[in-house]
Amino acid sequence: MLDGLLSFFSFIGSRTISAVWRLGFAARFFGMLILLSGSSFRRINLTLREIYFSGVMSLIIILVSGLFVGMVLGLQGYDTLARYGSEEALGVLVALSLVRELGPVVAGLLFASRAGSAITAEIGLMKATEQLDAMDMMAVNPIARVVAPRFWGGVISMPLLAALFSAMGVLGGYLVGVVMIGTDSGSFWGQMQASVDFQRDILNGVIKSMVFGIAVSWVAVFEGYDSDATAEGVSRATTRTVVTSSLAILGLDFILTSLMFRG
Amino acid sequence: MLKSASNQVVFAGIRKILNTPSNVSSLVDLRDLRFGYGATDVLHGVTLNVPRGKVVAIMGGSGCGKTTLMRLIGGQLKPKSGLLKVCGESVPELDRTGLYALRRRMSMLFQFGALFTDMSVFDNVAFPMREHTELPEVIIRDLVLMKLHAVGLRGSAQLMPSELSGGMARRVALARAIALDPELMLFDEPFAGLDPISLGVIGQLIRKLNDALGASSIVVTHDVQESLKIVDYIYFLSEGKVVAEGTPDEIRASRDPWVHQFVWGETDGPVPFQVPANPYEEALLGAQGA
Amino acid sequence: MRRTTIDIWVGIFVVIGVLALLFLSLRVGNLGSSKLQSPYVLQARFDNIGGLKVRAPIKSAGVVVGRIDSIALDSQNYQALVTMKMDDRYRFPKDTFATINTSGLLGEQYIGLEPGGDPENIEPGGVIKKTQSAVVLEKLISQFMFSAAEKGNAGDK
Repeated sequence: MLDGLLSFFSFIGSRTISAVWRLGFAARFFGMLILLSGSSFRRINLTLREIYFSGVMSLIIILVSGLFVGMVLGLQGYDTLARYGSEEALGVLVALSLVRELGPVVAGLLFASRAGSAITAEIGLMKATEQLDAMDMMAVNPIARVVAPRFWGGVISMPLLAALFSAMGVLGGYLVGVVMIGTDSGSFWGQMQASVDFQRDILNGVIKSMVFGIAVSWVAVFEGYDSDATAEGVSRATTRTVVTSSLAILGLDFILTSLMFRG
Repeated sequence: MLKSASNQVVFAGIRKILNTPSNVSSLVDLRDLRFGYGATDVLHGVTLNVPRGKVVAIMGGSGCGKTTLMRLIGGQLKPKSGLLKVCGESVPELDRTGLYALRRRMSMLFQFGALFTDMSVFDNVAFPMREHTELPEVIIRDLVLMKLHAVGLRGSAQLMPSELSGGMARRVALARAIALDPELMLFDEPFAGLDPISLGVIGQLIRKLNDALGASSIVVTHDVQESLKIVDYIYFLSEGKVVAEGTPDEIRASRDPWVHQFVWGETDGPVPFQVPANPYEEALLGAQGA
Repeated sequence: MRRTTIDIWVGIFVVIGVLALLFLSLRVGNLGSSKLQSPYVLQARFDNIGGLKVRAPIKSAGVVVGRIDSIALDSQNYQALVTMKMDDRYRFPKDTFATINTSGLLGEQYIGLEPGGDPENIEPGGVIKKTQSAVVLEKLISQFMFSAAEKGNAGDK
């Protein structure tokens, strides 16, 4: 009994210590990544390639999901607003929910599972097949050559994807609200423009998506770089990327929202 | 397969542009080198040296610290104590910049080639040149084709690594390893998992490229027969120590029981078949009492 | 070969991403509509501004003629001091009457200007003397509505 309890506590303790250890390594890794980022911009082709893989390849899922989320918002919003006789506020509801919250958050979650997991798997596989070691032995720093371009590719793609998601969502809301249900097009756009503030709503939304982009890309490249060099290790790292970055997005979203919209 | 005379001129010429060869007679010098992961020691004082221009094999059973030794020489691991000099420079004392400068003069062939899977064969071989030189693309193209020709794979330049067989991948990796005309080449298990023909090809390539480049090579392997054909000197490693050494002829004639067992692949000898354990009878009969 | 196809896709991606941002800023947000040409400043004091917010429109006869630049509490007489940026094309007489109105039930609050008959106009930087505050009932309704619509964001700033 006492033995079981003791081993339970030592299990908790060792897990905590290793978690803190990993966090410290992740922070040091982030520092190295930033320091070694010069070549990602000097040799912009490397980064362009990664924007292609994380941004362009995520376009379809982002555009389609944005459209559907906007359409659902249009339907649900209309149903709720119609009870209070204020259908003309539909545009405001759709736009504010998307620009402030759903755009950055849902696009971030999709980005984490589409691009983040791919980045982790790719780097993890390169590690497992000794490609990173080989590069290091050729006097090419793998963090500068492999990790940094993927990180910056993700950081650059994410805000653009979130903006596309929101824009598609507004169009989806318009399709449902105005084209299908038939609320007034003028008040849909007019009320939206009167209530959505550039600085307060749109700029804050863009800042959110930038922060999410940094968080997801960081988690993805770190999990890949830190994965066990086996097939199983890579698959576990990929799962961890999706879980960790999704939690990071939601947690950061709460912090950012409370900073932005309460102060 | 290899026109060494004409290639030698090209290779030596490029090396002069990239770096000046050091004038130390022994390229790799290890004295009483110790290394361990945590508390367990992997190497207990290894002494060996690799003269310029020679091919040296390090042999031993699985898990005797061969690969570790390789990584120490490449500077990927730091030893606990002892002397470790490569091209006259003490590897453990180098900072990252110094280490990278040294690594430009050596190259390493990994066990399964470690080709970059997202690049074609051509780009794989061009990779070190593009990273380390400012050569125009036209010249890089010619150099890459020359290197690929040297390993007999010029026709496969546009294939992706996933389309290659194991032996071909190893040859591409070899072409990539000689891309910058290294002074020292490290081969980690170059023969592992190859059919006899590919194995012979790789063996001959190692020897010929080493001579054409005027480089020195270390081959870590447990393939005795192939290595005896191509190398100049052999070190036998067991449990983190050098247990025997000599030229291939000396090794073949050796009366040392350990070497004899290893060379002729006998199952029992100084290296026992059984992993140390408690007595057999006790393990079988004692279980009833437990 | 592949290099150029990647380049073109990344180019397309960045262009439509920036277009989406522009769409959000100009069509969804108020960046496009808030460009006032060489604005001038007017001020007005209200006893109670209700749910009036910075950047809310100033309307006269339903036409947007300016936007609220800042709202502060005048600590001398405890009135709200509202600074407005007015479109340079429109001038208002000295006895203009400023009221705080609400557009519709759910709509936002704005300042309505009703010009009087004074032949002289207010100078830029001047103060509108005649004002009417937001009525308490309206404030209550607006607070209720805003809390329903924006989850407690009413009363900010």
